[in-house]
Amino acid sequence: MAIKLGDYKTGVHNDWCPGCGDFGIVNAIQMSLAEMQIPKHKAAIFSGIGCSGKTSHFINTYGVHTLHGRVLTFAQGAKIANPEMTIIAAGGDGDGLGIGAGHFVAAGRRNVNMTYIIFDNAVYGLTKGQASPTLKLGEQTKSLANPNPNYNVNPIALAISSGFTFVARSYSYDVRQLKDLITAAVNHKGLAFIDVLQPCPTYNDLYTRDWFSGLDQINEETKKPTPRIYNLADVGYDPVVHYSTTTELNEKLAQALEKSLEWGDKIPTGIFYKNELVTPYTKRITDKIPNYLENPAAKQKISKNGKPTTDISEILDSLCV
Amino acid sequence: MVFDYSWLIGGPQGSGVDTAANIFSRVGTKLGYHVFGKREYHSNIKGLHSYFVVRLSDNKIRSNVNGANIMVAFDAETMIRHGLSISKNGAIIYDSSIVNTSIDEIPTIEADHRVRLDEFFKSKNMEPKVSSIIELAKESGVNVYPISFRDALSNIADELKRPELSRMTRMFNVLGVSFSLGVLKAPIAPLLESIEEIFSTKPTIVDLNKKAANFAYNYASAKFSGFNVSLNETDKEPNIMLVQGHQGSALGKMVCGCRFQSYYPITPASDESEFLETHEILQVKEDRPGSTTIVQTEDEISAIGMAVGASLTGTRSATSTSGPGFSLMAETLGWAGINEVPVVISLFQRSGPSTGLPTRQGQDDLLSAIHAGHGEFPRIVYASGDVEDSFYDTGKCFNFADIFQLPVIHILDKFIASSVVTCNRFEPDLVSIDRGKLLEKIDGDYKRFAHSPDGISPRSKLGLENGVFWNTGDESDEHGHISEDPVNRIQMMDKRQKKVEQILTLVPKNDQVVAYGKSDICIVSWGSPKGPILDAIEMHRNEGNEIGFIDIKLLEPFPTEYVKLLLKDSSVIVDIEANMTAQLGSLIRKNLLKDPDYYVLKYTGRPMTCIEIFDSLKKILEKKAEKRQVLLYGD
Repeated sequence: MAIKLGDYKTGVHNDWCPGCGDFGIVNAIQMSLAEMQIPKHKAAIFSGIGCSGKTSHFINTYGVHTLHGRVLTFAQGAKIANPEMTIIAAGGDGDGLGIGAGHFVAAGRRNVNMTYIIFDNAVYGLTKGQASPTLKLGEQTKSLANPNPNYNVNPIALAISSGFTFVARSYSYDVRQLKDLITAAVNHKGLAFIDVLQPCPTYNDLYTRDWFSGLDQINEETKKPTPRIYNLADVGYDPVVHYSTTTELNEKLAQALEKSLEWGDKIPTGIFYKNELVTPYTKRITDKIPNYLENPAAKQKISKNGKPTTDISEILDSLCV
Repeated sequence: MVFDYSWLIGGPQGSGVDTAANIFSRVGTKLGYHVFGKREYHSNIKGLHSYFVVRLSDNKIRSNVNGANIMVAFDAETMIRHGLSISKNGAIIYDSSIVNTSIDEIPTIEADHRVRLDEFFKSKNMEPKVSSIIELAKESGVNVYPISFRDALSNIADELKRPELSRMTRMFNVLGVSFSLGVLKAPIAPLLESIEEIFSTKPTIVDLNKKAANFAYNYASAKFSGFNVSLNETDKEPNIMLVQGHQGSALGKMVCGCRFQSYYPITPASDESEFLETHEILQVKEDRPGSTTIVQTEDEISAIGMAVGASLTGTRSATSTSGPGFSLMAETLGWAGINEVPVVISLFQRSGPSTGLPTRQGQDDLLSAIHAGHGEFPRIVYASGDVEDSFYDTGKCFNFADIFQLPVIHILDKFIASSVVTCNRFEPDLVSIDRGKLLEKIDGDYKRFAHSPDGISPRSKLGLENGVFWNTGDESDEHGHISEDPVNRIQMMDKRQKKVEQILTLVPKNDQVVAYGKSDICIVSWGSPKGPILDAIEMHRNEGNEIGFIDIKLLEPFPTEYVKLLLKDSSVIVDIEANMTAQLGSLIRKNLLKDPDYYVLKYTGRPMTCIEIFDSLKKILEKKAEKRQVLLYGD
């Protein structure tokens, strides 16, 4: 029997502010799970701390609301121990690129087969609007006493240079595109990253829904706003690394990095970079442990009638000198 | 007369001291002796001083004595540091080229130590040189045996027609151990066998080393044939292993089904993870091979995060670290506490605070283990006293974690990790596996944190059908969803806290505290002082003095009533531990409302010897002891 979209929803009251971009992201995750028909016990949503951290409570799959900045550590541990699970990690930009930046970089290097979604609104919402790592130098959102004194992290560029093999951006009000990207990310063989731009209607008065829609950029001829958001797929951009050649790889990396710098009147979304030629972590384990996928940590039988079945006699023999 | 003999080898780090000690320990084991060896080294890769003392005995031994009987020194620093610790009628085998080296020419001696040495030589009216040490050793009745290591190497090079060998000073170690065994007239066969076994993966090196060993052995046994002590084949007990400290808990993890370990490199814990990774593919009875997935993480925060994530899938999971790494794990420890996740943290203590003495012994993290993390949640802190214990205790720790659904901190330390000892072959059949309320199948409604009389709810795992649950570091309801309701809060806090009573009721008393005889004077201790304490007690028994000892293994929750019972007939309590402030003592004061009568403490970063403990107990027996004795022995 088909699993319905509603089956992925919990009855937990959603306490996000009206108009919050988070809603679109939760909806897109649920739509994507329904589209892929993943049984709810086969998926786990891991989340960090902050408004976005509550995401896991609204989705009716295994939900693990972890610690500030640490979501990737828990998620990778679970995925490596039980590679049959579909794992989606979600967290804020402060969570993943501030306090958790070290884990972000290390996760890229590992390339574990799972998806990481950053809710990117440039502020720390739940603590009342401090500057987050994606707020640009000199910008002053409404609860800041002074303009932001720090340069911003570029999440797309950081992901690419850390080794993520699927790097995408979306916009939380474009739920359909986001849903498609989540599905593509989950199906990607390796670590996928989606940076989701989203307004924080309460604390970010710069990157508002109207700003993303380009209400300040009225086309003189059509008298209509020129949206800032556009889709790379619509402009003939090919993010995929097709061959194992350094030349092509470097071209694709350079192209993605260049695109990641585009900001202002036009903001690209969609897939920036995708490379399935890099070995996923699974492969790196099966190279050492050939039956890892059939018999991973979580599936192994360790005892019979309360007694261990592991046989260490060979090692003990070698220690009896 | 019981044979009890200690051999010391020293040298710059990276010069192969460990290999030489490994050879000597194997030879001793093959001959049927009980072996206790300890390694001391600086936080350094190459050049600073390290040394190894290997003690051999006819009897079971669990510690080192002070000093040694025989020493081999191919560098001046070893002579300066250890030359005067060799006992009367013992021997010093040394490289004749170091005789004229003065302490000024040894840049690796710390400035403070240099000042002490200067004062020492001044007081003796001697030059601060190796030759003075040799003179003093001779005066105290030590045999001194100069050998030119370089000439020996040249001779071997000539014999094998390989001139390049004459520059291979790395071989000084094999020469040193072979000279020693020659002086001690040990049978040569175990020496050659040991070399073969140790270098088994490098056939070209095996041959070369065997030839060098043969040469050195024959040279020394002929030239110094007058030495009056010899190593002989003794009655060898069956099923004796020669095991390194870190292997106990690693083997314990394999046997008890730990299948995931994440770690960040840190001394002295990493050896355990590396051993696990070397043996990552596991043989399983009547089944396909299993495996342990070992992940080296970016930091200790990630190490514990991954272990907790892996545990949520039903996998027995662990992380392994030392004090600084454990400090970083504190926040996640609390998460595992509130989410009732079984996870084992093997805490190999070293001396703190901060980086402290990173390669040295210490037991100063007991209170850190008990209190790490904010907020209130139950945990188990469990300590092992030696390598053999650590094997069996590891299995128990995983059972505790599963049965009580909480983090378990298994405390070990540098002394255990870097000792090399003989012990009875581990018996995996003595290990039991109890996974508590872990479910394999769920029908109908499920609530991960359902209230239950014992505070422990049936546990689902990621991937189990009908077992969906939520976790959160926030206070939660029975499903695991965030709840700030005051009534729920008190129910959940009380639910978790019920485990404390469960632990004290269900963990067998003999696993909580091990009592080694009762007496009017009773020692209380925890962890690795166990070995030297037991040896010291035996020495006192031989002099007609009975001293009791209780080894407290379960340190949190503290088994107050049982400890009280065990101590009720003792009028004098002696707390022995390797820290400055007597951390176990503070637990006894808090829980038993009783101040131990005496404290014997050591925080030099060096392990206790049985002699030091013997002496401190003697003072207590003679009523000449201060309330607090601080032990200082060792370099």
